[in-house]
Parts: sequence; C-alpha cells; structure tokens
Amino acid sequence: MSENEPLILGIETSCDETGVGLVRGHTLLADAIASSVDEHARFGGVVPEVASRAHLEAMVPTIRRACETAGVKPSDVDAIAVTSGPGLAGALLVGVAAAKGLALSLDKPLYGVNHLAAHVAVDTLEHGELPKGAVAMLVSGGHSSLLAVEDITEGVEPMGSTIDDAAGEAFDKVARVLGLPFPGGPYVDKAARDGGDRAYVTFPRGLTSQRDLERHRFDFSFSGLKTAVARWVEAKRRDGEDVPVNHVAAAFQEAVCDVLTRKAIDACKDRGYEHLLIGGGVAANSRLRQMAEERCAAAGIAVRVPRPGLCTDNGAMVAALGSELVRAGKTPSPLGLPADSSMPITTVLN
Amino acid sequence: MLLAFDTSSAAVTVALADPVSGNVLGSSTTVDALRHGELLAPAIAEVLATAGVGVKELTKIAVGTGPGPFTGLRVGLVTARTMADVLGIEVVGVCSLDILAKQSSLALPVAVATDARRKEIYWALYDGPAADGSRRRLEGPAVDKPAEVAHVLAGLPVIGRGAVLYGEVLGATATGASAGSAAGTIGAVGDEPEVVEYPSAEVLATGVVTGTLQVTAPDPLYLRRPDVTMSGGPKSVLPK
Repeated sequence: MSENEPLILGIETSCDETGVGLVRGHTLLADAIASSVDEHARFGGVVPEVASRAHLEAMVPTIRRACETAGVKPSDVDAIAVTSGPGLAGALLVGVAAAKGLALSLDKPLYGVNHLAAHVAVDTLEHGELPKGAVAMLVSGGHSSLLAVEDITEGVEPMGSTIDDAAGEAFDKVARVLGLPFPGGPYVDKAARDGGDRAYVTFPRGLTSQRDLERHRFDFSFSGLKTAVARWVEAKRRDGEDVPVNHVAAAFQEAVCDVLTRKAIDACKDRGYEHLLIGGGVAANSRLRQMAEERCAAAGIAVRVPRPGLCTDNGAMVAALGSELVRAGKTPSPLGLPADSSMPITTVLN
Repeated sequence: MLLAFDTSSAAVTVALADPVSGNVLGSSTTVDALRHGELLAPAIAEVLATAGVGVKELTKIAVGTGPGPFTGLRVGLVTARTMADVLGIEVVGVCSLDILAKQSSLALPVAVATDARRKEIYWALYDGPAADGSRRRLEGPAVDKPAEVAHVLAGLPVIGRGAVLYGEVLGATATGASAGSAAGTIGAVGDEPEVVEYPSAEVLATGVVTGTLQVTAPDPLYLRRPDVTMSGGPKSVLPK
C-alpha cells in the first residue's frame, strides 16, 4: 500500500529550524533538522538575518541527511513541498529557492504550502487519516490560533487567534523575567515540574470574562498575563524577597493551559466536532498535554497531539501536508511561487 | 553545459554557455530588486527551454557570490548549491564585483563600486586587462562610506551602480556620468560612458569557461555582520 504512494520531500525554513522531511503516504521516512537556536539564545530571541544565514549553510547537508536516513536518492522523490508562509521573509526565501532548485533539477512538481496547515497535517504521520471535522489548536512562538478543519487539503477556517502575544512568546518573556534561558518553553515546563505549586499565585486568564467572551470567544491574549507575572516577580525582588521560580513557572503555565484548553473545547462544542488536534511548539508542553487529555476526556472529545518532536517546526510536517495535497490531486504551484511572510491561514496551497 | 546566474544586484541574470567554447546559448536579465525569489527559477527554466537544453545536460553551475543585498544574494547561492548537489555536478562562485570589472571595456585599471545601501558602497580595485581579458583584483571587496574611500578610488574610472549614486563624492573629475545617464562609469577617459550597472551572467559564464574569472567556493560575501543588539535584560514593569 504505502510503497505505491508518492515520495514527498518537505522543506521548512520559516523561523530558526532548517527542516527536511521525507514522507510516503502517512509514513515518516526521515525528519532531518538543523537548528540555529543556540546562535539566537544569547540575543534572547530569533534574529532573522542570523536565521537566514544558517538556513543557507544547513540546506544541502540537511537534504543529504534526510535522504541518507530514508535510504532514498533525490531522484526517487516524486514531489517537493515547501513552507511558502507565514514566517520570516528572508528565512522562508531560502527554503523556497532551495525547493525550486530541487523541483527544477528533478523535474518534479512543487507545492508551496502553509506552515500552520502543515502543523495540522503532521498528525497523519502519527495517528493516520485526519478526522472529518476537527478543531485544530496551533500554539507556538509565532502563532496561537483555533481553526476549524473539515478537509485540510481544501482549506481551514480561522475561529480565533491571539490578539497580542503568541503563547510561546509569553513563555519566552516569562522565562526571561525568571532568569531562565531562551527558548523559554522547555525551561518553564521543567521548572514547573520540579515541585512547582500551580495554585501558588492565580494569574489572570486573558479574554475569559463574560464581557470579553462576547467579542473574543475564541481569541487569546497573553500580553496581560506576561505583564502580571513580571509585576509580581519584580515586586517580590523590590521587597527583597526570594522569587519562588518553580511556583511562578507552574502558576503561569497553569494560566496559559487553562485558557487554551477551555477555549479549544468550547470551539469543538460550538462546531459539534468530536476531535481536537493540537500542534506547534507549545503543544510539547507537558502540562498542556495533560490538561487537554483530562478535559477533553471529560467533554467526550478525542484529543490528538503528535509526539513533541513533531510539534515543533520540522520538514516532515511540510512533507505530510504535501502528501495529502498530492493524494487529493491538487494543482502544483508555479515556479514563480513567492515566499509570503503573511500568508493567510485560509490559503493552504499557494 | 554551463549554467550561470547572479542575484547580487537589483538584476536577476541567467545565462547558458557551451562548456568548451564559452559561447553563450541563451540568456535572460530582469531588473526587479524585490522579486529575486520569484524570478530566478522561471528564468532558468526559460533559458534552458529556449536553448533546447535539458537540465540533466548541465555539467557545471557558476554563481555570483556578491557582495550584495543578503536576501537576494542567498536566492542565487541556495539555488546553485541545491541544483548542483542533486544533479551531482560542480558549482563554483565568482565575486560579483569581478564580473562587473570584466564587463568594462576600458584598457585601464578600474574601480568597481556598487550600492551597499545605508549610504555605503561595496567596492574593489582592479588592474588593467591582461591579454586574455582578465583583470587582477588589487584591493577589496570591502564595504565603506563613499567619502572614506574616495581617496583610494581617486583618478580611476568607477564601474557599477555606486558610480551612478555617488559620482560626485567618488570623483570630482567625473566625465562619464552625465546627468540623467543610467551609465555606471565615471571618470572614464574619453567621452563614451559605459553602461555597466549590473553583473551580467553572460560575462560570468564565458569568464568561467575561459578561465578569465577567478572561481571560489559558492559562499556568500556578506562583508557585514547581522544587525543584532544584545538584550539588556527585562525592562521594569512596575510604576515608577
């Protein structure tokens, strides 16, 4: 079955990971990643030009590594998929140009795909066919969105998104305030797990008041939460008290995960969907996964979260979406495909 | 077949040449500083198709390595590297200022100056042409404010976009860049200004085949570090 399906190579360069994945049908054959995150850590965030330079240097070695891992030659590839947006313009362009170089050289079709839709499609590699009708929650350093997905190859419908900071961005900023390294997500998660008391402080839950829900039922806001944490910590330090990093991390994380899961389940109920897909770097957070499992089980909703390695940016997710598009018989992108830094989520294929 | 292209300037330029004679079999040049990523691959496909040459007939790729605006420059380099890698053929780089110098027909030493934005120029100095048409690079490539290197370039004809933008600063005796002229040469002896504004892939292709351009690895000549500011730690959020 799987061996007769086309072999798709996917390229991802929208931020600081150079990812090249190889997928056949729903089968993951290789997921090679080169990350420039260490080069950004000392600046406290991703520096676009640093990321773009790293993509250029990593591209050919990462393509080679993916092919070696999968035991295939580039000439075996049947189609090339690449993230054409949204993301950092200069970074996207390296991946798009590389994908075109491959498509030209191999004389194979090119599919310029949406990064967010790829975060949804990656779950096919772990749990097979996507359910017909699901809410997808994408939470990362650049995005926090609730999407209604009937058929990923046709498009997705945005239900809500953050009105200020992305969830992952809030993790980065709170980590900074607590003196934890960049990127903040894994360090905040670890600090919370190391004896953090979730109820030590009750931080605000953005856009959950009755009044906010009328206008922003499926939207998020994490900027106020981030400031509330910073104020609390700074006030403690000003008064010469120790800051209980583990407790603050746990309480902050609790506020983020509470809002995310509440709104995601509300979105499922609103649509009558029985499936919730979670993707993006924040989906690797242990508390979010745990809380989503518990609350979805109670609400009769099946939750699908890929393993953490597939939640963060990677090439396999792009190949996975490419695989769905090829199977659906979609028309490939032209060689003039642009890198579209603000590609709308409603566009799955450029 | 040799495929050559350069994306270090506002132009996307592509050429195909016979790998033995250096004869140009087809070429394409489009000036659009903001669309390198969109223009390059279709231009390559079109040049190949028009010449009736299949991509598998390529034997070598030559690419301009800049200096030039980073985002556009990388389009050419990553395209060259990936194509060469999957086709299993050689890829070489050539400093884009060397290409411009070779485009000058002047039988004199020349300076090349291109637009580095931020009121700066990328520049290099070259000897007069040897019998085979090659020019030895004497200084550069470097990036500087025009006024700071005007004394180094003094008295030399200046080739490239920098001559158009900073003609007055670079040479008070400019004769070539008359007002309204798109020409990229100033200070030329004689009265025929040369139009040498952007690197030409045709010149790149023939120069590589005939060995009159010096080849390097296909690595970018950025000449500048990325713009980054070190974080000074979190700002206070408490009321003062």
